[in-house]
Amino acid sequence: MSTTRRGFLAAAGAAAGQNMAHAEDHKHDHQVVPSDPTLRVKALESLLVEKGLVDRAALDALIDTYEHKVGPRNGARVVARAWSDPAFKQRLLANGTAAIAELGYSGEQGADIRVVENTPTVHNVIVCTLCSCYPWPLLGLPPVWYKSAPYRSRTVIDPRSALREFGTVVPEEVEVRVWDSTAEERYMVLPERPEGTEKLSEEELAALVKRDAMIGVTKVKLPQRGGGE
Amino acid sequence: MNGIHDMGGMQGLGPIEVEKNEPVFHAPWEGRVIAMRRALVASGKIKTVFREAIENIPPAEYLRMSYYERWYTAVVEQLLDSNVVTREEIASGKPAKGSAKATPALDAADAATLSFRVPPAMLRVEVAPRFQAGQPVRARKINPLGHTRLPRYVRGRAGVIEQDRGVQAFPDTHLKTPAAPAQHVYSVRFAARELWGEEASPRDAVYLDLWEDYLEPA
Repeated sequence: MSTTRRGFLAAAGAAAGQNMAHAEDHKHDHQVVPSDPTLRVKALESLLVEKGLVDRAALDALIDTYEHKVGPRNGARVVARAWSDPAFKQRLLANGTAAIAELGYSGEQGADIRVVENTPTVHNVIVCTLCSCYPWPLLGLPPVWYKSAPYRSRTVIDPRSALREFGTVVPEEVEVRVWDSTAEERYMVLPERPEGTEKLSEEELAALVKRDAMIGVTKVKLPQRGGGE
Repeated sequence: MNGIHDMGGMQGLGPIEVEKNEPVFHAPWEGRVIAMRRALVASGKIKTVFREAIENIPPAEYLRMSYYERWYTAVVEQLLDSNVVTREEIASGKPAKGSAKATPALDAADAATLSFRVPPAMLRVEVAPRFQAGQPVRARKINPLGHTRLPRYVRGRAGVIEQDRGVQAFPDTHLKTPAAPAQHVYSVRFAARELWGEEASPRDAVYLDLWEDYLEPA
């Protein structure tokens, strides 16, 4: 990396970071870029629009995808189908990408997906220590905690303490498998189906499955039983 | 690069703070940043690696910034490094007088389906695998200066190939090859005790997806 680049980065860092987070704490009298993130991003957007590099309506459409087209409801449908249809579950674990495509899911940050199954003897949990890799088509954009330094650092060295922060206590005799998403494949956990759900429809099952259980930091619980845990 | 982003195994970074009913974006500008980045990738005008741009943010800034603040910083750096905008334009928010005007590569209709039209990362090319499932391997001790996907915490450690996950383009940037050679990626199981010592659970394990060049026979 050149010194020029370092120099720029220091400037960009100051512009993007310090003032966004602590506008009052830092005075940069050489500051030319507005300190408020809303204004700074607005300035970048109008520059790119005026230069013909991006189209505003296209940005709106992309945001609509991230806010409304992807999200944990997709993953929950996959889980409910796997719980209801043993043949689907088998396909899902053998080739996640293909099985998920049967339900119409694929795409950015999830063109290749592997599903790992929780059992009475194995508990899986997903992390990305290097950045924030996450199965967008199934779970949407990752929550802040998943992208945070505490989660990324601790989950590989002390997964059981990280899980306890989510109220999940994994018994000693159960193996914890941590999946660090270092390459292009994205991971999702197939949680254990809770007891007492035998009579539920696929739709009712899907309603029980929450995002955190598909990351592997919680288990799926029946609301009336495990709500306080 | 042995950067701050390579966080696996660091300690003392605090509790995991979970926000109840978290929105997708905490402010509209976050959505604009992610959308701009996506539209710029589609434009084909960006010549640098996004993750490397994020990893090059100085460590103190990296830790201070929120996720989307890092994204903003990386997008600006990529635009500058790809000679698409100038620093003056970023500062003013206006194109330089007489600068060329492009036509956006992506309209609203294309953008609506863009996320669902991405090619698989698994490449359908025939490359002979060097390792097989069940084989003991060791992660190489390397310290590349550019972008790499071999975290520090497994370098030099012994593991076992769990599965061959197929062929992917090699992501490391320090090699400066025009086209990254495709190679097999393996899911490798490392026992928690091999990575962290006797205090770790004897049962637990960490799995990483590692490219062939990161591994040697053990």
